Amino acid sequence: MGRKYKWPLEIIGVVLGLIWLSPFYLMIVNSFKSKKEIFADTLKLPEAFNFDNYIEAFNELDFLKTFLNSVIITVVSVVVIIVFSSMAAYALSRNKSKMSTIVFFMFVAAMLIPFQSVMIPLVTIFGKVELLNRVGIIFMYLGFGASLSIFLYHGTLSGIPKSLDEAATIDGANRFQIFWYVIFPMLKPITVTVAILNTIWIWNDYLLPSLVINQEGMETIPLKMFFFFGEYTKQWHLALAGLTIAIIPVIIAYFFAQREIIKGISEGAVK
Amino acid sequence: MMRTRDLSYWLFLAPVLLALSMVVIIPLVFGIYYSFTNWNGIEVGGFIGFENYLNVFKDKEFLDSLWFTVKFSVVSIIFINFFGLALALIVTSKIKTSKFLRTIFFMPNLIGGLILGFIWQFIFIKVFAGVGNLFGIESLDGWLSTTQTGFWGLVILMSWQMAGYIMVIYIAYLEGVPTELIEAAEIDGASPFQRLRYIVFPLVAPAFTVSMFLTLSNTFKLYDQNLSLTAGGPFNSTQMVAMEIFKTAFGESEMAYAQAKGVIFFIIVAAISLTQVYINKKREVEM
Repeated sequence: MGRKYKWPLEIIGVVLGLIWLSPFYLMIVNSFKSKKEIFADTLKLPEAFNFDNYIEAFNELDFLKTFLNSVIITVVSVVVIIVFSSMAAYALSRNKSKMSTIVFFMFVAAMLIPFQSVMIPLVTIFGKVELLNRVGIIFMYLGFGASLSIFLYHGTLSGIPKSLDEAATIDGANRFQIFWYVIFPMLKPITVTVAILNTIWIWNDYLLPSLVINQEGMETIPLKMFFFFGEYTKQWHLALAGLTIAIIPVIIAYFFAQREIIKGISEGAVK
Repeated sequence: MMRTRDLSYWLFLAPVLLALSMVVIIPLVFGIYYSFTNWNGIEVGGFIGFENYLNVFKDKEFLDSLWFTVKFSVVSIIFINFFGLALALIVTSKIKTSKFLRTIFFMPNLIGGLILGFIWQFIFIKVFAGVGNLFGIESLDGWLSTTQTGFWGLVILMSWQMAGYIMVIYIAYLEGVPTELIEAAEIDGASPFQRLRYIVFPLVAPAFTVSMFLTLSNTFKLYDQNLSLTAGGPFNSTQMVAMEIFKTAFGESEMAYAQAKGVIFFIIVAAISLTQVYINKKREVEM
């Protein structure tokens, strides 16, 4: 804010930065130690960077498979949310009837409902129609994720002039063509935001997968991590290696898309 | 324009309407109905009126968890917003490491609460004890094994995680403060504290409301971190509402009773959110 360079603030900032990083430091250095070394001292660097813990944790987590499970569910859910939420928001923004107001209000109101208030009947109903599987969970993510996504798309769509739609209609395009070829490409910035917000949420979600796809071979990373941690709770060297493995994909993604991620989050929160 | 009677209008809306109905609306309606019965998850034996609700208000475990949640939320909101604002003020000042620091402070938000809770469990149990032994500080021993340390453990974890998130929101508002205003105040001899108090804070006031309620709704509905850091222990004393409801349903199989708790939870959360909407609207009118 001020004009002058402020070195005391710089120092405070760096110290806080180090404090914020310290949990990651502790996790990583101890993940290379043996059980004995952790017992002796948790602060210092390991005697040797031995990858034994990592190999064992990687195998125990069945990490390639678990990672793929997470990727499949996250990617499909996010694509489904983007496609159907943007379409719905488009219809709501191009029809200014009372019906649209009611539908829009319904989606916004649904954001107020905490998961614990619907969780029990949800699981019972989906259990009855045999949808406690991947198809079911993707459908659930659409139901829970549509509200915020429609809300975000609706805000942007209101600013896109209807003359564009009309011009395309005169050229003989139908509704679907207008939307997919004319309007949707203009929504790219907000689509990035919607994709980021939903990806972070679904990738890290534990509770819904634990209720819906809690079966051998289908576990996502958080779900597998929960069981893994339960088994290795007294063996910190393995638990920490497992945690580090689980975090690495996120850190890589953050490294590449940092600006978009921070921008997306702040847009999603402020609106 | 799309007309309400156009088929395309309904085709565009159909998938999300179906999903919302199946996933939120129907379960909510059924849930409210079940909460007035003795439903056991499979069949409804009979209608029992408000019995479940009356029992909830006599349920010590639920009331304890509600009280713990309220205490935790209030303390966390203060800490998260204090650090969030402080970090935002630091990184928006002219320092060289600004960009790098933003990246670091924000990082915990990308990682799931479950994993963060496990990492901090290690820190509180092993690292704290180790450091305590090294320097002879007894109070660092046995963290997470008492209600007090479990409470502060959760507060520390959430402050560390969410401060960077709230920081991003404050930054968005702080960057909207015109620099000419600050410069003018500087020339007039205002101290840094006065500049903050009388120029910056009033201009970023909306950020306070947004951040308060974001933190409140996040801390009030907390589940993952609660599960992985303390699992509610010792003796359920650090158990929050979300976990208590889950346990009543899937641990004790009292479905209708858990559902009544869920409905009460919904009413509390909705009341909080509607208060926020009301405050925001009121301010918009005043502006």
